Amino acid sequence: MSKSAILSSSIAKKYWMALTGLFLCLFLVGHLLGNLQLILIDGEDGKRAFNEYAYFMTHNPFIKILSYVTYISILFHAVDGILLAIQNKKARPVNYHYNNPSANSKLPARQMAVLGSAILIFIVIHMANFWWKMKYSSKQMPLHTYVVYPPQTGNPSGDTLYYTTSGMQLPVSAQFEIRDGNKIFISDEWLNSEIEAAKSQGQEIDPKMFENKDKNVEIAEGYKDLHSLVYAFFGHNRSEQGFETNTMPEIALLLYVLSMIVLSFHLMHGFSSAFQSLGLNHRKYTPLIKKFGLVFSILVPLGFAIIPIVIYLTK
Amino acid sequence: MASKYINITLKVWRQKNANAKGAMETYKLNEVSTDSSFLEMMDQLNEQLINDRQEPVAFDHDCREGICGMCSMYINGRAHGPDTGTTTCQLHMRKFNDGDTIYIEPWRAKAFPVIKDLVVDRSAFDRIQQAGGFVSVNTSGRTMDANAIPVPKVDADKAFEAAACIGCGACVASCKNSSAMLFVGAKVSQYALLPQGRVEAKERVLNMVRQMDEEGFGNCTNTGACEVECPKGISIENIARMNREFLKAALTSEK
Amino acid sequence: MSMLDSKIPEGHISQKWTDYKNHLKLVAPNNRPKIDVIVVGTGLAGSSAAASLGEMGYNVKAFCFQDSPRRAHSIAAQGGINAAKNYQNDGDSIYRLFYDTIKGGDYRAREANVHRLAEVSGNIIDQCVAQGVPFAREYGGLLDNRSFGGTQVQRTFYAAGQTGQQLLLGAYSALSRQVGLGRVQMFHRHEMLDIVKVDGKARGIIARNLVTGEIERHSAHAVIIATGGYGNVYFLSTNAMGSNVTAAWKIHKQGAMFANPCFVQIHPTCIPVHGANQSKLTLMSESLRNSGRIWVPKRKEDAEAIREGRLKPTQLAEEDRDYFLERRYPAFGNLVPRDVASRAAKERCDAGYGIEANDTNEGVYLDFSSEIRSKGKQAAFAQGDQNPSEDKILELGKKWVEEKYGNLFQMYEKITDENPYETPMKIYPAVHYTMGGVWVDYNLQSSIPGCFVAGEANFSDHGANRLGASALMQGLADGYFVLPYTVSDYLANEIRTGKIPTDTPEFEEAENRVKSSIDRMLSNNGTKSVDHFHKRLGLIMWNKVGMGRNEQGLKEAIEEIATLKKEFFADVFVPGSAEELNPELEKALRVADLIDLGQLMAIDALQRKESCGGHFRDEYQDEEGETLRDDENFKYVAAWEYKGDDISQEQLHKEELKYEFIKIAARNYK
Repeated sequence: MSKSAILSSSIAKKYWMALTGLFLCLFLVGHLLGNLQLILIDGEDGKRAFNEYAYFMTHNPFIKILSYVTYISILFHAVDGILLAIQNKKARPVNYHYNNPSANSKLPARQMAVLGSAILIFIVIHMANFWWKMKYSSKQMPLHTYVVYPPQTGNPSGDTLYYTTSGMQLPVSAQFEIRDGNKIFISDEWLNSEIEAAKSQGQEIDPKMFENKDKNVEIAEGYKDLHSLVYAFFGHNRSEQGFETNTMPEIALLLYVLSMIVLSFHLMHGFSSAFQSLGLNHRKYTPLIKKFGLVFSILVPLGFAIIPIVIYLTK
Repeated sequence: MASKYINITLKVWRQKNANAKGAMETYKLNEVSTDSSFLEMMDQLNEQLINDRQEPVAFDHDCREGICGMCSMYINGRAHGPDTGTTTCQLHMRKFNDGDTIYIEPWRAKAFPVIKDLVVDRSAFDRIQQAGGFVSVNTSGRTMDANAIPVPKVDADKAFEAAACIGCGACVASCKNSSAMLFVGAKVSQYALLPQGRVEAKERVLNMVRQMDEEGFGNCTNTGACEVECPKGISIENIARMNREFLKAALTSEK
Repeated sequence: MSMLDSKIPEGHISQKWTDYKNHLKLVAPNNRPKIDVIVVGTGLAGSSAAASLGEMGYNVKAFCFQDSPRRAHSIAAQGGINAAKNYQNDGDSIYRLFYDTIKGGDYRAREANVHRLAEVSGNIIDQCVAQGVPFAREYGGLLDNRSFGGTQVQRTFYAAGQTGQQLLLGAYSALSRQVGLGRVQMFHRHEMLDIVKVDGKARGIIARNLVTGEIERHSAHAVIIATGGYGNVYFLSTNAMGSNVTAAWKIHKQGAMFANPCFVQIHPTCIPVHGANQSKLTLMSESLRNSGRIWVPKRKEDAEAIREGRLKPTQLAEEDRDYFLERRYPAFGNLVPRDVASRAAKERCDAGYGIEANDTNEGVYLDFSSEIRSKGKQAAFAQGDQNPSEDKILELGKKWVEEKYGNLFQMYEKITDENPYETPMKIYPAVHYTMGGVWVDYNLQSSIPGCFVAGEANFSDHGANRLGASALMQGLADGYFVLPYTVSDYLANEIRTGKIPTDTPEFEEAENRVKSSIDRMLSNNGTKSVDHFHKRLGLIMWNKVGMGRNEQGLKEAIEEIATLKKEFFADVFVPGSAEELNPELEKALRVADLIDLGQLMAIDALQRKESCGGHFRDEYQDEEGETLRDDENFKYVAAWEYKGDDISQEQLHKEELKYEFIKIAARNYK
């Protein structure tokens, strides 16, 4: 393998752009399908489905690897793109006094770097808004809770339960300690009260269960409530779930939709361009790729944009 | 062919030499026949300048029939002017109207430095060719018979379409990145499509691309401007073919 | 006759070259790097010579005035290249190509040279294919051929309408390879302005770097001039704007004879002149005559109506058209040789049947409608449609024509703004090629030892008229397959010479000649541009030394050119300086030489009291207006020796032409 050629030549740079770009296209599809659960499934089921999905996406080892590939792709795509843009700028030190590029090429194709930079900024903001909050600002990230409605009465029982990954449902009123954002550890008080409660009903709890009777026993993991975070971000009142309601959801919505339009233009050139960069040009298939790319570049961002719009409108 | 006469204003890049600072100068030119070619209009301008004891505009031109690739003007913001599939020498003044202002600039690229006025140095293309744009056969004529290897007509035709490149540099000039990939892609493709060229296909594409990068051309971002402005209509599928060839070569070359 | 030893070897025509080659001296590979060779010009002949000599191991320096060797005007040849391959099995052979070329040249070319050309023609095709030249192919994958004027076989190899381009790029790729390997040093944007002789031998050149204006000395053991023809003496021609005679003329001034300068080819199918500002003429490939029919109206009234725009050519009924080539030459029809076709067009236009509305009414039609119909019908039948509609026939026919000649049709439309699929092309003869050139012997060596001349720049192979698709053949034959042998033979005596120093009085003197001619131009401070004089020269040449010549006109031309020369040097204005890129200075130096040459052409035409090939003297024609050769008195090459600034003093030397293997006869294409 010719190392210098595969790493540093102008064509190799294009391969990397194309490969990372196409991978990110795949990512978009997965991301969109997951996100659509936000609006396609109603009520508690939707919330549960989405939060379960979010949990899966952050915990499955395979997905984990995939997510690192995604981060690297985004970084590489951005850095490589910026390097290319700088190099390309340098290749013409003196500009034309009068230029008419629209006669020979489309605007998105000429402005990929600008569109891409805008998308990069969007990604940063987007991740700060959701990913960062979920992942690292753990104290502010409430867990998924729901109110029990006994079937007999249909009225709220007054119990609000955490919905956990182990299938246990734990009362929010109980005394836990929540660490690392969503790991639920027992507290002495709760343990004692549980033992007492068992006793009063003539049952016994095997003390072995709690051999280390300190607070280091994790009894369950709660689902982080990303669903409510999103809804609160786009204007829903989720204060009972512990989220601050966004007072200016219109701005969030507008910026999000704008970003999707930018993404659409970026994809409009980028999708089919990636195939060209990889050398996949064929008189029979290239027109199909171009058509598919156009449909893709419209449908995917549209799908993303619809979600906050629907959320906003159902406020 | 009813010929008309038009009066035009020209804004022309003037630059004394490679190191001098240039600027756009304005000239008025009257009574230009619409049957004249663009370069004949330039002749007329120069005749006027000479008669006014001014220095004529230097520009490259030779065959004036669209094949030598020497003419190289950026006219009204486009390589070889408003017409497509045309070199400047084949562009005719009937494409312009009375009273028009026409901007004329040299090719702009780091790899094509201006020598004087509208004349640029395109020897970078020669060096790319020298890096691998050939089949390493000697010139004895004692090769095998020309018909010894049949070549599928489709491949021969595609090779010819790629070989139609006149090396004018319009692709570089019109590319927002000053990329030379259409030129190099066409050359690589011509040889890659023919059995005679396959033998050294790997070294060729690696060497030509390396030289291209060294010359300071930009990268291809697939805007497609080059194929629109190419006077010989060379398709960017040749760039794709080069990308393919390069990938194959880079992955399997033992160097 | 001692001055003109053609060095044609003895023996049978088919064995001469082989035997001769076997006895030429060689330079051993280890000695070749000690020897320098200069090649001026990078067209087919120059590129192929430089590449071949570089390949052999000589130190080669190649020069071209263009910005790249690939731009030499060989690139503009459209139609094809001949080779006696007989791939089409229609009776072709080396002998037939040899015979056709001699006959086509109206029996004014050397048998031995032409036979050698025919012999190596096949190798050229092999060589080019091996180099990756994308010739047109048939569906079976083998090479396609077409026919050209003056032949009855299909021996022309082609690459659409861009054969010259593809061949030149092939030679350029070979040259580039040698440049990349460091065996050829390329000097682009350099113009040779003089030759340097030491002890009578060519030992170097003086060249001007066109970018910096620097005058450079380059030494070598041999100098090859491959700088093309001098058609630009007519100002309007199909030559490139930069094509010039300067290199050839400078060696002529230093002792190389100039042969048959009056033999100029006027190509029948060019786009007619449109106006006073026209700078050049554009050729429409001769291959079009395979499919197009040439005609003018039968009645003068119709011609006049067409010129005035009252009548369209498509409205003229079949019986009102005069297909004059088919009428006069039924056997060859529209495919008669170029000189014959050109004269026939001129004859019709002179008689008032011209259809172009320009100053001289000079133009005839080249009509593709019959071909479109017949090919359309064939294509429909091939598709299984036995009863095609009119529209379908036209559609399929146009498609066929487009595939064959698309780029030419497009070019025509660009220039004229008329669609040749719908209305016939307008064409008229234009100056295209010069058969005359520097006199060379069988080795392609000029009368200056060590100075070789190849391609269009020499006079050797085409006699008084060149057949279509033969120029490319000759250029490559000279460069690839003749010069490497003959130059080596010459250089075999130079292995002990050592590097030629450039600080000698001979170089000094040559450089001073160049510098003073440049100073003369720049300090002249006249009032008129170079083009002004060039255009006037062109008009004199076209009107009096053009397609039809006569004693009175030629005598006038000689006088007029002498006057023009005086005026030029008194009144030309060349702006700018010598130390920069100065296109006007370049032009001025070239036009000065063209003026001298023009005068010599008229002198040569005047002495040749016969008509042959491209040289048509009104006084010497038969009752049907065909050329009347005088083999008894003019079966010779006219080689002129320079005798100082007054061109009329040039001395004529005659090289008798001997026809041992071809029976000399009247040329007949009827």
